Amino acid sequence: MSIGASLKRLEDYNLVTGRGQYVGDLQFPDQCEAVIIRSPHAHAIIRSIDVEEARGFDGVLLILTASDLPDDLRPIPMRLSPDPILEKALQYPLAKDRVRYVGDPVAVIVAKNRYAAEDAADFIHIEYEVLPPVTDAVQSLEPEAPILHPDAGTNEMYLIHGRKGEAAERLKTCEHVLEEELYVQRHSGIPMETRGLLALCDEGERLTVYGAAKVVHFNHQLMARLLNKNIDEIRLVETDCGGGFGPRGEFYPEDYLIPFAAMRLKRPVRWIEDRLEHFKATNHSREQKHRVTVGFDGDGRIYALRDEIFFDQGGYIRTHGTTVPSLTQAMFPGPYDFSDIEIVTHLVLTNKTPVGTYRGPGRFEGTFVRERVIDMVAAYLKLDPTIVRERNYIRPEQMPYSNGLSALGQVIEYDSGDYAETLDRARKFMGWEQFAGKQSRARQEGRFIGLGFASFVEKSGFGPWEFAEVEMRPDGRVICKTGLTEVGQGITTTLAQICSDQLGIPYGDVSVVHGDTALVEKGNGSFATRGAVVGGSAAWHAAGLLKEKLLKVAAGQLEVPVDMLALKDGGVVYAEAGQAAMPLEELLPICSDLGISLCEKYTFHIEHMTYPYGCHAAEVELDPDTGALQILNYYIAYDLGKAINPMLVEGQLIGGMAQGLGGAIYENLKYDEIGQLVSGSFMDYLIPTSMEVPEVTTEILENYPSPLNPLGVKGAGEGGTVAVAPAIANAIVNALQEYAIPFTSLPLRPERIREALKQRKPER
Amino acid sequence: MKPAAFDYYKPETLDEALSLLDEFGYDAKILAGGQSLIPMMNMRLARPPVLIDINGVPGMTGIEVGDSEIVIGGLTRHYMVEHSAEIRDSCPMLAEGIKLIGHSQIRSRGTIGGSIVHADPTAELPVMLTALGGKVTVVSSGEERELTPEELFLTYMTTTIEPNEIVKSVHFPVIAERTGHAIEEFTLRSGDFAIIIAAASVTLDEEGLIESAALCIGGVDGVPVKLDDVTDELIGHAPSDELFAESCAPIVDMVEPEKDIHASVEYRKDLCVALSRRVLKKAADEAKLA
Amino acid sequence: MTEKTAESSRLKTITLKVNHKEYTVDVEPRMLLSDVLRDELRLTGTHVGCEHGVCGACTIMMDGRPVRSCLVFGVQADQADIVTVEGLESQDGELHPLQKGFWEKHGLQCGFCTPGMLMTACHLLEHNPDPSREEIREAISGNLCRCTGYQGIVDAVEYAAKEMRERAE
Repeated sequence: MSIGASLKRLEDYNLVTGRGQYVGDLQFPDQCEAVIIRSPHAHAIIRSIDVEEARGFDGVLLILTASDLPDDLRPIPMRLSPDPILEKALQYPLAKDRVRYVGDPVAVIVAKNRYAAEDAADFIHIEYEVLPPVTDAVQSLEPEAPILHPDAGTNEMYLIHGRKGEAAERLKTCEHVLEEELYVQRHSGIPMETRGLLALCDEGERLTVYGAAKVVHFNHQLMARLLNKNIDEIRLVETDCGGGFGPRGEFYPEDYLIPFAAMRLKRPVRWIEDRLEHFKATNHSREQKHRVTVGFDGDGRIYALRDEIFFDQGGYIRTHGTTVPSLTQAMFPGPYDFSDIEIVTHLVLTNKTPVGTYRGPGRFEGTFVRERVIDMVAAYLKLDPTIVRERNYIRPEQMPYSNGLSALGQVIEYDSGDYAETLDRARKFMGWEQFAGKQSRARQEGRFIGLGFASFVEKSGFGPWEFAEVEMRPDGRVICKTGLTEVGQGITTTLAQICSDQLGIPYGDVSVVHGDTALVEKGNGSFATRGAVVGGSAAWHAAGLLKEKLLKVAAGQLEVPVDMLALKDGGVVYAEAGQAAMPLEELLPICSDLGISLCEKYTFHIEHMTYPYGCHAAEVELDPDTGALQILNYYIAYDLGKAINPMLVEGQLIGGMAQGLGGAIYENLKYDEIGQLVSGSFMDYLIPTSMEVPEVTTEILENYPSPLNPLGVKGAGEGGTVAVAPAIANAIVNALQEYAIPFTSLPLRPERIREALKQRKPER
Repeated sequence: MKPAAFDYYKPETLDEALSLLDEFGYDAKILAGGQSLIPMMNMRLARPPVLIDINGVPGMTGIEVGDSEIVIGGLTRHYMVEHSAEIRDSCPMLAEGIKLIGHSQIRSRGTIGGSIVHADPTAELPVMLTALGGKVTVVSSGEERELTPEELFLTYMTTTIEPNEIVKSVHFPVIAERTGHAIEEFTLRSGDFAIIIAAASVTLDEEGLIESAALCIGGVDGVPVKLDDVTDELIGHAPSDELFAESCAPIVDMVEPEKDIHASVEYRKDLCVALSRRVLKKAADEAKLA
Repeated sequence: MTEKTAESSRLKTITLKVNHKEYTVDVEPRMLLSDVLRDELRLTGTHVGCEHGVCGACTIMMDGRPVRSCLVFGVQADQADIVTVEGLESQDGELHPLQKGFWEKHGLQCGFCTPGMLMTACHLLEHNPDPSREEIREAISGNLCRCTGYQGIVDAVEYAAKEMRERAE
């Protein structure tokens, strides 16, 4: 059976031989290239744009500014969690009269190639009246702060208020109360391939656009709507995709501008975002400030939780609407059973690049805050932080469990799980019981070591539905069409394994087709760790229907009851004894003669998400001279119900951990006071290299299959990322127990560790 | 991120290269390894109208180790120094320090002369040249002159080399007897530009006391900074952890670094002290073994 | 200005050997080698990830050394001997042990960094047939990967080293 087996990926042959076809690899006759002219100012009024000199430049074919776009053009709408209140801050493909972040698109130049287009860029003259910017979410709420969108009248675009019970009242009765402020810095997915598009428009005004990713069918409809075209006149095609992670594949200004330019020129227009541009143009993520209050008793049992969150949205509302702030809130309680909760989130505009989702949106941030607070409660009470966790976990017998909060249009309801188990495994693996002794021996040698834990609950399997179409060809090969997309996660292999299992054929005989609106009739795409759960279930059912059909025909031919038969080893077998009954080579021509179509479609609907969970643990050593941090040991226990391909799950966890590590220590999209991005290159934005990412031990558990889908699966995409920062921060604090700095702010740079070593706690 | 257009010349002799420099003056940039220049050009932060590619000029590549001096041709690539057994024996600091430059791909192309004229004060070669008291030979049409590091480095990315001159060779002293070298840098991420870099050389006398020492730090000023006040105090003493700790502590008041997005002033000072202590100790340990 | 451009954009003819095949092309002096390979020679296996010499995706072998092709002008590759990812397979299409290793050990996800990683690792194994995990990590540290966390890549290089040693015996 191929489900559950660590099979080699079907994607890899092309990718290891240089035969991949990423959007930048495509070349069509007459192809020309676009460059986007972007605002150099964080906040300014556009007084005038003079493109005449650039227009006359050698090789220039087209220049567009906002005045060249249709008068009735609508701004880019929200894809997820839309709310009419937010519409006043949506982004138009080109800024009309005002720019709101460094990188805001102002004009497009199309030229014979990128070199010529960049040459001409110098000769577009834009006169700006610079306005004071606001670069901090809390300052943006102050009365004197400049308003980004005068129509909206405020920078506080949205207020989310979630509650269960009466936190304020409950806090008054708690034995102990702790208040803390914590901060997570801006960073983002930063895939190795930047975004890119290639649009072709034929004489009949039919558009083909390559380079779509993630949510191809949604963007297809949106593109048609914004370009005012019939949906049948546009084809979107996914190419190989050099990393998704959330930012890539959303509908951005360029997704309108490049097809529009191709329509104007009737020539293939390519746009490949360059790296410096990527840092300014593609969604940022993560920046939040939390003011948390918890009330607890002397045993560390936490009863009340209150949090006020300031969410830095950047200059516009983009396609995610309120997704990230509402997920932050709703998933904030994590694996714990708090009786009274109140969370208020301010969604605030600033003059910085707009934000969206990045792997584990809201959970990376919330898990850092929550798991640090748990350790602070333990430190306050001088208790073992793992014991405090145990005392607060939701117990398996409380499942299904709702924390009373909502996100993505549904109330959070954890389906199954035993949170204490993953912590317990982490404790054993890391030698927590013996660690205090090891730590004091190390300290005698002048070495600072520490061990930290962080528990988390993830969400996966976001609906509302996904589509699959499975067809068996006369030669026995299977084509599985899916509404999912491939962003490097291996969905091709995963779906092939699922079809293989149902149909009893080798997984290599399954071709998975995705991301082409001319070939796949509908789909919701790959995001929110939904692929294997929702798309996998759709493929399972579609292949199941096909199996039923094949067995029915075989049963008729063999004159036995259907339930005596099964599909295995490329043919029909007798289910009980397993001996061959009829090979497919015999069965398929019969189906063909009988005029039976061997193609089945299935749309799998799901109302509730499913919730995988786990525990991270980090052992670190700190260099007291420099503050440098070394990770000595890293462990992740993760229960996802059922792993379709454990090797790919492990790859997701370890790769996710590397991204979490980047967010924990290295990566920072930092702005100065005038709103310039000062870390916008690979020299200053520090993605961890092979020297920074440690060897990671993973333990994949399948103890609590999801009751919500036929495969029992929960997703694997984000659990490797979300708990890295608190595991490391808790380990640092554990190593520095007698020092005062609490490590409540990311990134955890060596400078902070060095600083902490200068501030010993007063004796209590 | 595509470079602006330029006129490209590829001289086949040094004389030809020098006369092109005479002709174009400030308009010309020399293209050697290109590992610092080309990124700047791709970002259009540098737009030289003329590039003179000297990679075809003969006689400027190679390592010659004499009795007291190592002569490295200006066009010698970093990896050649990295893989030279002679350099390992005759100048351990150079052998170690060269490995800290970027990553292997950068060292494949980057040149010794290029790193010197780029004059990044946190870069390994300027710091090593200063620490060891090396020299640089520059040539122009009809003239050749030798510059000490102090004469060469002016400030950030700026040297006293004239626009009509080329770095012909870079000279390092051969390590003396009873001498040890050490170099260490602090980066947030492997292979990055150093936040602070320190290099030291320590020579012991026959009794094992410190006879002479040199210490140089990069990352605190526009040029590598030699801390003779620190090393002067060491002379005549037996090397020990306490000695180095005591003598390096005052460095916090000797250096005046600037802050940037990666490190504060105070942190840089702390790093100077820590790295100085470490390289002096390591150099002394090496000297004992020598 | 226009006159200047005309002079500067005068094409140069270069001849270079890529994957044992000789090519002669006319290029603008400012055209980066990565663009020459991708857009002129249509060898798109070499990827461009940053164009400022940090990510390593564009790593190729040039005259026996790993080089970032975004930091070399095409004109500088005149007469050079270059190997790209497309040149790793044997003539009869058998995968290089590194390519096999990446496939076997899940050394890639999105695959964008893979060609550069392969070229860098290839150089490592030519000089060090039995590298430790630490040496592998050091060798590939100039190539960023955003998907794998590098562990699968280290496994893959170890796998390839072993296979190459066994073959050599």
